[in-house]
Amino acid sequence: MTATANLDATFAALADPTRRAILARLAHGEATVMELAKPFAMSQPAISKHLRVLENAGLITRGREAQRRPCRIEAKALQQADDWLENYRRLWDANFRRMDGLLEEMKAEEKGLQR
Amino acid sequence: MNYIETFKVTTPSDLEIVLTRMFDAPKKMVWRTLAEPALIRRWLLGPPGWEMTLCDNDFQEGGRFRWEWIGPDQAQLALFGEYQEITPFDRIVRTESFEIGCEPQAGQQLAAISFEESDGKTTLKMTLTYPSKEARDATIASGMDKGVSAGYARLDEVLAEIATEQIA
Repeated sequence: MTATANLDATFAALADPTRRAILARLAHGEATVMELAKPFAMSQPAISKHLRVLENAGLITRGREAQRRPCRIEAKALQQADDWLENYRRLWDANFRRMDGLLEEMKAEEKGLQR
Repeated sequence: MNYIETFKVTTPSDLEIVLTRMFDAPKKMVWRTLAEPALIRRWLLGPPGWEMTLCDNDFQEGGRFRWEWIGPDQAQLALFGEYQEITPFDRIVRTESFEIGCEPQAGQQLAAISFEESDGKTTLKMTLTYPSKEARDATIASGMDKGVSAGYARLDEVLAEIATEQIA
């Protein structure tokens, strides 16, 4: 998948309030389909469908154990929130680092004058 | 000294971007780097490969400023506005508008910059307030694909939801 296609899948998955609630639940720790279905008053197949969308988007992974197949949130998905600000942050970071350098020069100059 | 860990970018509301950064210098000195054109030119360069070509800065209340940059392929960018408040060494408030190419961008944002000194170090806080969430998101996403930026905004909301859940 290209980066953009990947993002499209992620954003489509996040557009649904049930799926967002599932992610919020999984932020507390892994859970089985049954555990996830309980608070939503939804059938297990309906929840399973949502889980597949989340899994395809890379937002969750599921355990291999045939019976339980617990769901876990993918930490990487969380990190993407930072990415959204990251470009912008990087731009200012470069500016501020140049300011650091400039301030060091100014301090050195001031010291020189005092001598 | 490395102050990178002290740099934070947050979005406390739908209309704001807040940047905070600590500098290892007294506030009178940090103030100068935002007030004097010769000093502004030294650090406010924009993205890599860009160069500041104009730094008009009438630094007084009611005074106007216009800064221009030129980028790869002669791309042009300008930021201009008016100083609304100048409280020496404590606070600067100015309006800001962008021009990309020769196209003025819709809307105007307000930039409030405060300086706080403690133990000879200065914390600079820059609060940018936009007329709409779309305008704010567009700024953050500048350089990013538009559809992608809308998606990121959504992701941001989800993470905020999850963060609230975790605290609760």
